[in-house]
Parts: sequence; structure tokens; C-alpha cells
Amino acid sequence: MRIELVKRPEQSRLFSALSPFIALGLTLIAGAIMFSLLGKNPVDALYFYFVDPLREVWSLHELAIKAAPLILIAVGLSVCYLSNNWNIGAEGQFTIGAIAGSILPVLFPQFQNWAVLPLMLIMGMVGGAAYASIPAFLKARFNTNEILTSLMLVYVAQLFLDWLVRGPWRNPEGMNFPETRNFHEYAVLPEIWAASGRANWGFVFALVAAVVLWFMLSRTLKGFEVKVLGQSPRAGKFAGFSASKMVFFVFIVSGALAGLAGISEVSGAIGQLRPTISPGYGFAAIIVAFLGRLNPLGIVAAGLVLALSYLGGEAAQISIGVSDKVVRAFQGMLLFFVLACDTLIHYRIRFIGAPAKTWEAAQNV
Amino acid sequence: MKKTILLTAAAAAVLSFGTIAAEAKVKGCWVYVGPIGDFGYSYQHHQGLLQAKEKFGDELETAYLESVPEGADAERAIERLARSGCNIIFTTSFGFMDPTNKVAGKFPDVKFEHATGYKREHPNVATYNSKFHEGRYVQGVIAAKLSKAGVAGYIASFPIPEVVMGINAFVLGAQSVNPDFKVKVVWANTWFDAGKEADAAKALIDQGVDIITQHTDSTAPMQVATERGIKAFGQASDMIKFGPETQLTSIVDDWGPYYIERIQALIDGTWKQQDVWGGMKEGHVVMAPYTNMPDDVKKLAEETEAKIKSGEFNPFTGPITKQDGTEWLKAGEVSDDGTLLGMNFYVKGVDDKLPQ
Repeated sequence: MRIELVKRPEQSRLFSALSPFIALGLTLIAGAIMFSLLGKNPVDALYFYFVDPLREVWSLHELAIKAAPLILIAVGLSVCYLSNNWNIGAEGQFTIGAIAGSILPVLFPQFQNWAVLPLMLIMGMVGGAAYASIPAFLKARFNTNEILTSLMLVYVAQLFLDWLVRGPWRNPEGMNFPETRNFHEYAVLPEIWAASGRANWGFVFALVAAVVLWFMLSRTLKGFEVKVLGQSPRAGKFAGFSASKMVFFVFIVSGALAGLAGISEVSGAIGQLRPTISPGYGFAAIIVAFLGRLNPLGIVAAGLVLALSYLGGEAAQISIGVSDKVVRAFQGMLLFFVLACDTLIHYRIRFIGAPAKTWEAAQNV
Repeated sequence: MKKTILLTAAAAAVLSFGTIAAEAKVKGCWVYVGPIGDFGYSYQHHQGLLQAKEKFGDELETAYLESVPEGADAERAIERLARSGCNIIFTTSFGFMDPTNKVAGKFPDVKFEHATGYKREHPNVATYNSKFHEGRYVQGVIAAKLSKAGVAGYIASFPIPEVVMGINAFVLGAQSVNPDFKVKVVWANTWFDAGKEADAAKALIDQGVDIITQHTDSTAPMQVATERGIKAFGQASDMIKFGPETQLTSIVDDWGPYYIERIQALIDGTWKQQDVWGGMKEGHVVMAPYTNMPDDVKKLAEETEAKIKSGEFNPFTGPITKQDGTEWLKAGEVSDDGTLLGMNFYVKGVDDKLPQ
């Protein structure tokens, strides 16, 4: 017997809407089973995972900090993916954005006034966009596979950052440790509401970017162009849309947003450049983009859910003493069920038994 | 009405979760950069936690977070621990330095202990580290006695002062036996990556070294050395299980005594900010049993260890020449701790260019 996925002629609207909730329910059940097998009370475990991080204001701030880069990068990627351009290198564009944005506070620490921060943000976006245009150029000019080139440029960016903070950009007062000097006060992205927690304006940038891109995709000609070229390049050509211009457009948009996420993270949450500035936001954002179904507003929700799973993981580690690995397994289950439910909306499962095969074979004769 | 009752019940349930186990007198918490199963650095810190737990029993409640990334996540992890009722928090990696100090400013009643850093911006932050280089000097002595090639391989992590200090101490120990002894260095640029560390070990052996030592945390180099039939030194924990015929000795980080001492001080109300750099003398650096070597080498190693332990001898005692040929320390002169803690140069005999 074998199993086949058959495309459904029509997708159920009801189940499209319900699918994320069904997935969440299945994750809760599977998670409860896993926690019981580990000898933990599943109700406690799930409580610490999903409710505890939302109970206090400071923790909501932390949720915003964690979600901001994920959303900012993922909304950019959604435009890329909708146009059938596979930018896998957001982590690298994030890193180069952070480096480009840090030029002022690191190399010109005496230059201190209100203009520094806006310049840093712009330079961060330009840096990310410029870095993303390398795979775009290679694809448009030489038809190179952008998945490979953008991914490999991630490692180049990370090693470049590593070299900078160990070498030319190392803090002269830092006892030789691999980090740049701390940013001065004008170079720090301010907190939104400092009295209650440390969430910075990066989260606001993420929300604004999501709304703007949602508007562009659903209400403008450019958005239509993105989707047409993504679904049928040939039809796009007949409409007079240029596929190679589109490659540049989407890579530059997603690179600029990843760069903005990078400089916001470094300036707002870290305060200096270090050998590692991201726990893999650029890759996690790919998951967020698909969890949000490539819809910028869905991505905001997806980013918050993924961020919650990190925070909840920590709360569960502290409160009930489960290992970090259990937490990762739980995140994996969440993603598995979401993607599985989505797949089943588009496809149905057909079991093909041996007799049926014989019948088919007979038909073919 | 029904809805109100339901909501109230839910709220009560939520609130009752907030207060769990208040019997313990003190809550000690740890933040690790790696997994506790790395059999190296984080593993040893966790052994310290377990020792403290055994010592204090019910008086001590513990919690820990493992694999916490250095960066924006660390501040949240530390703050969460501070808010969960921890009285003392040990943050065990250099990269947690700024986050530790930031959170310490917000929670003046919680004590913070940061390993391997130098910033103490608030009175409730103390720092601690160990003089691992004392053990590396002893390893150098052993290596020079056993090596036929006169060259050892050194798998290093990051070119920070602590690691450079270790390389220099190893070379100086070796040169006390064989003045022409050389060390080849490979920078793995990681604390823990079994694949990269194994590749580094293979590359070094192919270049003709016949003894391997490492400042990275996995057991892979030990296993490669076993396959190739050469000897090696363990790192951070006793790795004899991974190379019963291979390991000569290992520098074991024993954090337990320090953790017990500091938690006791907290209980007694005598906890004060301090900067501790303990070595063999304080019991923070312990040598694993000397194995797989002739008795005369073992005897020399034990004598060297005893001299360092008693304080009679400091590995950084002149005359010492820098790699570039200039004099660093005159005969009999001993380096001050400040120079060591910011060390960014090699001594003579290191066959490598220090990444700057």
C-alpha cells in the first residue's frame, strides 16, 4: 500500500480559517503527551509555556523584542517568496545591515548628536539592501541559483563580522575581547515605554513595515505584479512586467528590512557589535513567513507565536526543570502540525492498496 | 454570571501557580552558554551546581538555563531568573557580562556572580575566574618530556587573553624541559563544535605534531588522537573515558567549592562584591590523574604541580622573551595579573601569528 497526496479541486474556506487553531490544539495534545512521558504535569508545563510569559508587563516587552526582528525580516521575505524568488540569506543581510549601521558609533564615536540614529538606520537598510542585491544581480545576469548564493553569503557576512570585532573594530578599552566599543547614548534605539520594560522602537518598525507591505501587496499594481510574476512568469511577461527588475526589487526590499532588523537589534537590544549578534533570526524568519502564509498581517501573528515559544521555553526550563532540548522538540511539533494542517487543506490523502494498483495496471494494458 | 464564575476560577488558578515551593532558604540559579551535556565547560559548571545542591540539601533550591545565546537573549534569561525568585545568579560565560550588569542594576537585592568577566558596575555583582594556565604549564612540562618531534599541537578557540595566556603557559612549561620546544596553533573559532575540532586535530597531526592539547570543549580531539595513536590532554573535565590509552591528564575546572563558598556567604549574610581569580591553591583548578606516561615524567609533573600549588612558583616568571624577540620579563621578575588578563602577544616558541 502506498500513500498519495492529491490536490483538492477546491479548498474549504472553513478549514482554511480553522487550520491554525486545529494545529495549535494538536500541538497541545502531543505536547501534553510528551510532558507526561517525562513525568511532568502536562497542565503545569503548558501553562508555563503559553500563559506564564504573558502574565507580566516586562515579559510582554521581551516578547516584542524577540518578535520584532522575526516580523521585520519575514514580511520582507514574504514579498520575495510571493514573486518566486528564494532569498535564504536574510541572516547575512541582517548582519551586514548591523555592520553598516554601526559605522558611525564605532568609527566616529565623537560624532554625537540627534542625527546619528536616523543615519544609522538608513545606513543599516542600505547595507542590507546592497548585500541582497549581490544574489539578485547574479540571478538576473547569469541566472545563478539564488538559494545557493544568498545562503552562502550568510557565512561570508558572519565571518566578516567576526573579523571586524576581533580586529579593526575591537574596543580599544575592552581588554582585547572580541567586541566593539559600547554605543553612545545618541546611537541607542530608544525604548517605547521605558518605565515598564525594554522593548524598543524596532517593534514599531516591524508593525509599520507589515502594514505598508500588506497595503502594497493587496492594493497596488506593484503587489499585483509581484504575484503575477510569482505564479506565472509567462503571463507576467505578456503583461509587460520585467522579471529581472522584479528580482532586484524584491531582494532590495527584503534586504533593506533585514538590514533594518539588524541595526535595530544591535542598537536597541545589544548596544555594541559582538561576534554573534543573532541567534538565527534570519532563518527562523523563513518559518515565520510561511506560518503567516506569506501574508504580512498573518506574519505579525506568526512572529508573536514563535517568539512566545522561545520565552515559554525558558519559563518551562526554570519552573519545571525540563531540558532545553524538550523545548526545541516542542517548537518542532508546533511547526510540524501547522504545516501538516496547511498541506491537508490543499491536498487530500489517498491510500492506494495493492488491488487497486492491479486494477490500474489492467486498465493500462 | 456563569462566565464571571468561570473567569474568576481561571484567574485563581493562574494566580495559584505563581507561588510554588517557598520552603527553601536560598535559591541559586545558573546560566550556561552551552548544553550541560557538552562534557566540557558547561558540564563542569553544572557539576558545581550539583555539588552545591548536595552540600546544602533542602536549604538550597536551584534552577538553570542551558544553551543561552550571548546577545539580546541573555538579558531576558537573566532577568527571568531574577524575577523568578533567585537570590544568587551565576552567569557562566564571558558574553553575559553586560547583560549581567544591566539586570543587576534593576535588582539590587539579588546577588550576581559573573564568570570570566571584568565589569562590576553595581555592588551586587562579583566576578570569578580560574587560573587554568597553571594547569597548562604542567601540561607543557609533560609534553616536552614525551614528544619526540619537539612540537605539540594546540587547538584554540578564540584569541582572547585567557586563551593566549594558556598557549604561552604551555610553551613556557615545555621550554623549561626543552628550550627549543615549539607549539603549532589552530584556531577553531568555536567553544564547542566536534566536527571542526576533529578537523583541527587531524590537520595538526598531519603537520607532524605528536601531542595534542585543546582549549575547546568537545572530546573529539581526544578521539582523533586515539585513532592516530598519539597522546593528548583533556579539557575542562576528566575525559579519560574518551581516551583511556590517550589522555595524559586533564585540567578539571572544579567550580563546586566556589559555588558552595558564595552561597554559604549569602546565607550567613557576609556576601560581598569581589573579584576572585583562583587557581590550584584555591582548589579551583585540579589536575586529573597522570596516566599513560613513565614514572619519571609523572614525578616531574607532580613536583611542578606541587610548586605551583604552594605558591612557590609562578608560571609567568622571567626571563621570558616575546615572540618578536623583545624582552618581556627580566630574570626572576613575575608578571602582574593586569598584563596577563589583557594578554595579546605570544612568547618565543609559538609557531603561529596571533590573530589581531
